[in-house]
Amino acid sequence: MKLTKWLSLSYLILMISFLYAPIVILIIFSFNDQEFGTIWNGFTLRWYQAVFNDRQVADAVRNTLSIGIIAATTASIMGTLAAIGINNMRKGTKKVVLSLSSLPVATPDIVIGVSLMILYVAFFRLVGAGSFGFGTLLVSHIAFSIPYVILAVLPRFKNMNPFIYEAALDLGAVPFKAFFTAIVPQLMPGIVTGFLLAFTMSIDDFMVSFFTTGSGVSNLSLLIFSMTRRGVNPMVNALSTIMFLSVLILLFIINLRDSQKLKSRGE
Amino acid sequence: MEFIELKNIEKNFYVNKQERQILKGINLSIKENEFLTLLGPSGSGKTTTLRIIGGFETASKGQVFFNGLDIGKTPPHKRAINTVFQNYALFPHMNVYDNVAYGLKIKKFSKSAIKDRVEKTLSLVNLSGFDKRSVKSLSGGQQQRIAIARALINEPKVLLLDEPLGALDLKLRKEMQIELKNMQKNLGITFIYVTHDQEEALTMSDQIAVMNDGEILQKGTSENIYNEPKNAFIASFIGTSNIITGTMERDRKVTFLKTDFECVDPMPGSVVQIVVRPEDIEIEQTPRDRNSLKGEVIEVIFFGVNYEMKVKTGDFIWKIHSTKSYERGQFVYLFMATEALHVMEMERSL
Amino acid sequence: MRKTKFSEANNSLSIGLKSKKIAIPYLIWILIFTILPIFLLMQYAFTNNQGNFTFANIERFFNPLYLGIMWHSIRMATMATVICFFLGYPIAYILSQKAYKDKTILLFLFVVPMWMNFLVRTYAWLFILGFNGVLNNILRFFGFEPIRLLFTDGAVLLGLVYTFLPFMIFPIYSSLQKIDERIIEAARDLGSNRLQLFFRIIFPLSLPGIASALTMVFMPAVATFLISNILGGGQYFLIGNLIEQQFLTVGNRHFGSALALIMFALIILCNVIFSYLSKEEKE
Repeated sequence: MKLTKWLSLSYLILMISFLYAPIVILIIFSFNDQEFGTIWNGFTLRWYQAVFNDRQVADAVRNTLSIGIIAATTASIMGTLAAIGINNMRKGTKKVVLSLSSLPVATPDIVIGVSLMILYVAFFRLVGAGSFGFGTLLVSHIAFSIPYVILAVLPRFKNMNPFIYEAALDLGAVPFKAFFTAIVPQLMPGIVTGFLLAFTMSIDDFMVSFFTTGSGVSNLSLLIFSMTRRGVNPMVNALSTIMFLSVLILLFIINLRDSQKLKSRGE
Repeated sequence: MEFIELKNIEKNFYVNKQERQILKGINLSIKENEFLTLLGPSGSGKTTTLRIIGGFETASKGQVFFNGLDIGKTPPHKRAINTVFQNYALFPHMNVYDNVAYGLKIKKFSKSAIKDRVEKTLSLVNLSGFDKRSVKSLSGGQQQRIAIARALINEPKVLLLDEPLGALDLKLRKEMQIELKNMQKNLGITFIYVTHDQEEALTMSDQIAVMNDGEILQKGTSENIYNEPKNAFIASFIGTSNIITGTMERDRKVTFLKTDFECVDPMPGSVVQIVVRPEDIEIEQTPRDRNSLKGEVIEVIFFGVNYEMKVKTGDFIWKIHSTKSYERGQFVYLFMATEALHVMEMERSL
Repeated sequence: MRKTKFSEANNSLSIGLKSKKIAIPYLIWILIFTILPIFLLMQYAFTNNQGNFTFANIERFFNPLYLGIMWHSIRMATMATVICFFLGYPIAYILSQKAYKDKTILLFLFVVPMWMNFLVRTYAWLFILGFNGVLNNILRFFGFEPIRLLFTDGAVLLGLVYTFLPFMIFPIYSSLQKIDERIIEAARDLGSNRLQLFFRIIFPLSLPGIASALTMVFMPAVATFLISNILGGGQYFLIGNLIEQQFLTVGNRHFGSALALIMFALIILCNVIFSYLSKEEKE
């Protein structure tokens, strides 16, 4: 009995090392005082300095964050409204709309990327103007984020009393007010989860961005990709380290929120 | 002028792309300060009627008058009517105080006024001091009271209650019935109450409207409906009844089980149904010269206050409530007074 | 009966929230961003440069060169999926055991990699496996000749397994978690030993989770572009790389669309089969 427990624990530790060793090595070498090699040559922060002083990096960070926030916000609003509408649909229609909604989730990124690319080409040809850039990037990110919001919001309806909205109307609230005071607060956990999912998907995305961006507009993923093309570069290590830490903090906040929710439900 | 009046209300719904008529011309008038119960089995249209009064549905045809004004197109938030919903529909993200205060906050009352009124209303439903509690932490009965308080704080002229006690256990339900009735009397508010529980309807209501299949079959006081059911459906739905088919050749003479009986009804048709309440049958050792039948006791169950016995005459089994008990297998005579026999037209669809 | 009547009643209400119309903007959105692109892909795939209808693009795919690439992609993805399964199932199983009271941290450790940028995680291996990478430097330090680790099938496979392992763990973990404790106790009570318990009870009950886990690993693996591009260095062509090349390097959108359409069809087919399988298991 003890042996199996010991064995399984060591297996877990082995697998965790496999998952984290590359990341740890990457982080260690972001502090390495050497331009091209992977031999330890003393501690330095100059790669971080370089990252913070780099115009391209600054642009990419700005693009990544603004696209992430705008796309996640838009997707949250549209996804929430869509979820409400879908929830009111008849069973058959609901099924069709839901499977169409989950299509982008199942479709490989590369297919989404190229199909959106030819969609924009067709649109530009139709209008006779327009070009790939920030706009196409943003619209694409909204497009692949919405399904995640819908999937996060929809389950919230399951345990909702169907008469809550009417109760608010009954007590004198106009429909608009009833919606925001009685329904939205109950959907909120789902909307927040959807927003965070959409935001993470957006800042994590490479493939769709790769096909739908235009010259000169880059996000962090695209920038790192173009940097790795030129081989190993300690600046990439530093940038990666910063990204790792940001995601870690974000995840930590989400988990903290979840466990607090569990606690408040427990009482 | 009636306080609330429904005129020829019809309501059609599309169910699986087929139009179905849920209400088939409802006419109903309700007086001020009246406790009216819509009583009927599920699917009879009672909840839809209530929702039309509340403004959550619009009638396909017909009109709704409130104090003489047609309110058919008035949205729910503009009606001086409040509702206690099925399963309460409390706002789960708010505490007790915020739930009860909701209506006043919408009407932009001052903070201190809201506080006073909430305290007053909470004490009215015996839940003083529960302000800060989360509604999810309350018992079913407490949630019920909060739902009532939330509706009452708006001082509505009419309170609609949709099966408000349906989720409570029997003992609590009995207590709440009395409490609700007292509340209605003391506050002087018109209550329109929906239930499928005939006992609940009989104990609480001033007026009962019995509904089935989108129609109001009979409206009257509790005694009226219990003692003079208009047809066999109502008789069987309200209380227990013996319903037997018979013939009627002339006025005040009815024949069933090959025996002639005297009754008080004039002749409604040649084939009739006769309803006899189990407590209206007397069991005797010897036959009488009229309105008497011989039968065999086949079952005796003691119910605490009285006995329920089943007595077989020919193919028919009578249910009888009596304080006296007889032996199984014993032959007895059943006496039914002329007033105990309620003769009604044959129901086509029963 | 009554419930359906109520929901119908809600639907008939025309005010605000209860309306289906609120979803109309999204339905238009689906039309433009989900359905239209698929039709455009088809249009490109079945036309030539002059805009005439043709099967040539599809036929071209059946050239042994491209079929080989497709086959290679499927083979690599299958191998990665199998390896992930054998590494991942024990992890899911151990995590689902009661023995670890506070497993939040353990779970968290396996969740985090899923949220880390793919690109960065792949780059980490470039950094380790490169000719001047960490591993080769260790070899050099001990006096060995450096070896070619990068730009091999092995490197791409490693990258695939590394990236998709967490996606294997969680669907299986959640299906194992759902198994009713009483079923296991009942099996024990009926005299199953540990092995019988596992193979006759636990494993069959985790099949729905396995089905969705296999989908979640195989589908992105077969379509990958990034991992093979960085760790395969363009020599180890997978179907994803071929599509990218047709669109961005060669500029033949028609053949590229045909390839994308074929991949899309393959994925949808896999999806249907897997969801059918997991439904079968549930019933």
